[in-house]
Amino acid sequence: MDAKVETRTGEGRDNAEREALDQAVTRPMIGNEALARGAWEAGVRIAAAYPGTPSTEIMEFLGTYPVGDVHVQWSTNEKVSLDVAIGGSFAGVRSMTAMKHVGLNVASDALMSQAYIGVNGGLVLVVCDDPGIHSSQNEQDTRMFARFAQVPVLEPSDAQEAMEFTRRAFDISEEFDTPVIVRSTTRLSHTRSPVTTTPRTDHEPLGFNEDTVKNVIIPAHARMAHPRVLEREAKLQKFFAAPEFTRWEEGGTEIGIITASTAYTYVKEVLPEASVLKLGSSYPLAIDRVREFYEAMDRVLVVEELEPVIEDAMNAAGMPVEGKAFFPRIGEFSPEVVREGLRKAGLLEGVEEDAPFAVTPTARPPVLCSGCPHITSYMAVRSVNARVTGDIGCYTLAAVDPLKAIDTCVSMGSSIGIAVGVAKAGLETKPIVATIGDSTFLHGGIPALIDAVYNDANITVMILDNHIVAMTGGQDHAGTGKTLRGEETHRVDFEEMVRACGVKSVKTIDSYDMAALYQALREAVEYKGVAVVISDRPCVLDPMKLKGSPLQVRADGCTACQSCMNLGCPSLGWSDEMLDGYHKVTIDETTCIGCSLCAQICPSDCIQPVSN
Amino acid sequence: MAAKTRKAATKPRSVLIVGVGGQGVIMMSKVLALVCQRQGLQVKQSEVHGMAKRGGGVFSHIRYGETVWSPTIPKGEADVLLAMEWAEGLRWLDFLRRDGGAFIADTKRIVPPFAFRSRKYGSQPIYSPEAPREVMEMVGSGFALDATKIATELGESRAANTVLLGVLSTALEFPVEDWQEVIAQNVPAKALEANKLAFEAGRDWADANRSAPMEERLKDLPGRDDRRAAEIAPKTVQFDITGEWCKGCDICVKMCPERCLRLNDEMIVELSDPEACTGCRICEWLCPDFAIRVRRVPALEPVA
Repeated sequence: MDAKVETRTGEGRDNAEREALDQAVTRPMIGNEALARGAWEAGVRIAAAYPGTPSTEIMEFLGTYPVGDVHVQWSTNEKVSLDVAIGGSFAGVRSMTAMKHVGLNVASDALMSQAYIGVNGGLVLVVCDDPGIHSSQNEQDTRMFARFAQVPVLEPSDAQEAMEFTRRAFDISEEFDTPVIVRSTTRLSHTRSPVTTTPRTDHEPLGFNEDTVKNVIIPAHARMAHPRVLEREAKLQKFFAAPEFTRWEEGGTEIGIITASTAYTYVKEVLPEASVLKLGSSYPLAIDRVREFYEAMDRVLVVEELEPVIEDAMNAAGMPVEGKAFFPRIGEFSPEVVREGLRKAGLLEGVEEDAPFAVTPTARPPVLCSGCPHITSYMAVRSVNARVTGDIGCYTLAAVDPLKAIDTCVSMGSSIGIAVGVAKAGLETKPIVATIGDSTFLHGGIPALIDAVYNDANITVMILDNHIVAMTGGQDHAGTGKTLRGEETHRVDFEEMVRACGVKSVKTIDSYDMAALYQALREAVEYKGVAVVISDRPCVLDPMKLKGSPLQVRADGCTACQSCMNLGCPSLGWSDEMLDGYHKVTIDETTCIGCSLCAQICPSDCIQPVSN
Repeated sequence: MAAKTRKAATKPRSVLIVGVGGQGVIMMSKVLALVCQRQGLQVKQSEVHGMAKRGGGVFSHIRYGETVWSPTIPKGEADVLLAMEWAEGLRWLDFLRRDGGAFIADTKRIVPPFAFRSRKYGSQPIYSPEAPREVMEMVGSGFALDATKIATELGESRAANTVLLGVLSTALEFPVEDWQEVIAQNVPAKALEANKLAFEAGRDWADANRSAPMEERLKDLPGRDDRRAAEIAPKTVQFDITGEWCKGCDICVKMCPERCLRLNDEMIVELSDPEACTGCRICEWLCPDFAIRVRRVPALEPVA
């Protein structure tokens, strides 16, 4: 994770600062910073998001701009964030939201309606895909969503374009009366390359447009809106032919490559001399321009990451074209992948690969941190021998060795609803425990908890309250008492919230008190009906890195039983000393934060504070 | 200097920096990217983070030149592979150019929890066995050094990455002043002096070793540690329960680190997963009724 971006508070800004911000400078930016810069330059006034890798830093970078320029906020989920942006648009100011690809699934209900309604102030959704699944549940292609919702999608290929396309997305949104998606990918969002900035254009707020036929999407109005959506698509097909978005780079006529997004950079790397039609948008496709290119070339290949969106559109328009026959639909592209595809297509000679170096790599899967409160929570869950439905967050790592304490993980907030289903199926002999993080609970867990109480499901819910959105690098949420810009605000009281949902059995326990947590869970699983245990301890990394006095193993007392190794704590390792065929344990004092979890479970009582 | 830089930049140069979360990979690649930018070169720096904070591997691709297209380095085309952790370096070795790509590696080992996964009798940590001497022999170009030791001798063990930057600076064509200025701008003020010294120490170390032929340099590097390979005679676990003494209190089931015990229908403990049992004897020690006995007996091989 990148260092967290420091946002700012304070009143407005003075002219000198604005002048400095407006100055044209060239400096390296990661894609996410450039996306934020583009929105700021476009005069965005409302911006809301829910954190999600690789999109998180976009809002944080927007939060570095003056308070008077733009209202920036974390929302409880992506649907709410899009609604907030839609509200800004209705109110007549330029508005945006940013999310990861799967976030758009949550926000899609609002998007599908707004696609018919259109906009008042420009409305832009920045959506970051994750080809290669670096940090997600899937690698769905947002361009398919754009096609589905019939809203245009812009696909920058580097940070400079990310800034320019985002800025232009607001113009397009207002000109064509449509929400616009700017699609990034992990590679673009997290690649730093030079960007030359331009000044911000402020726009007079348009004021609320009191056109109920447009703004209220009831069946009669929707039937009128739908034809406008199709007309819009046709107009955008013409509009995207402009060189600003569709660039024809002349090479020979034997082979022409049609490509977009970061795939373009790999094509240029591998086949620099070829004719290229570089698309700024895969939907709506600038079909006439594409046809011109198609007819001018002897052979045309489409090189696009993930789904064959351009290829399918061309085939449907009577331009038989090759693409996915040579290039994978799975995973992230790279120069190697593109080179291999071109080789399969007979355009490049195969190169003889060097034999790999004869070395043995070390497996290094991600782990929970030293002192992570989730470790105890799942040690306690293991002890009640439950069927455990998990959720999305750092704690999903408890599904693998050595904790191995989670049976399912599906999507944000799913754990509770799934637990209800497992319980109602009536076949499970183990107690059923849903585990869900604080922010995930606020994001999508509350309706499910109400459902569980309403339908009297016999389940236990453990809320892992670590007071932060940890997985994405420590963002605030409604349960932290701080806004995105760091201002104090109301803090959700989880116990109060859970009781309001109708839960009668609620207990809050310090995550570091392993015995108490186990006891509370045991009572909870024996309770008939919905019981909630809130396991409460702040994350050890965010908002501040926590460190106490480290512990050490008294080697003469260690029986090498390996109980503590069960925690999977990165500070615990094996010493060279062995006892009867088993390694004794040692603690790395530089990384141990002194949480005492290992000392609590050591049967030989040989883990103690480092004596000075 | 400028002319030379331009000539070298006709084809983009690629530096791959790898390590483990928290070691400063991203900071180091930022420094290199800023140094490149001072030469008026286009530079792209690409990293994937998300798992970095959670002890996973971190890598950063830096490519610079007059025109840079792909943000990632194609396999086999890195001019320099800079590894801040030994096994991470080995993981990325195939990205190195075979005709003289330099491998600059800290011999520091960070052994992950995953290495202790098997807790069976006689298990050893799972970590790349290849030692610096044999790997440097294989690669043929670059340096392996204990940067942490050099930094610790200067009184600031955390400046190990700046020592490595010093070594890296001798492998690239940029003016030393640019490195010094960029480092000064990117480290906390109170750590400035230590980092200056560390950068110099890295350069000095590289200069002192560069002139020595590879055979000389190899002599000082650690070879493969064969101690760990020492055979431990295999044993099997024998697990005996005196059913009449067991009252089904469940203590052993709850405390078993491998979760291989359960209570049967008569509420008597039984070994549910003999494969998983490591013979650690916790159940034996904790049983209030002395109902469990665990023994490790030598495994018997069938005679051919």
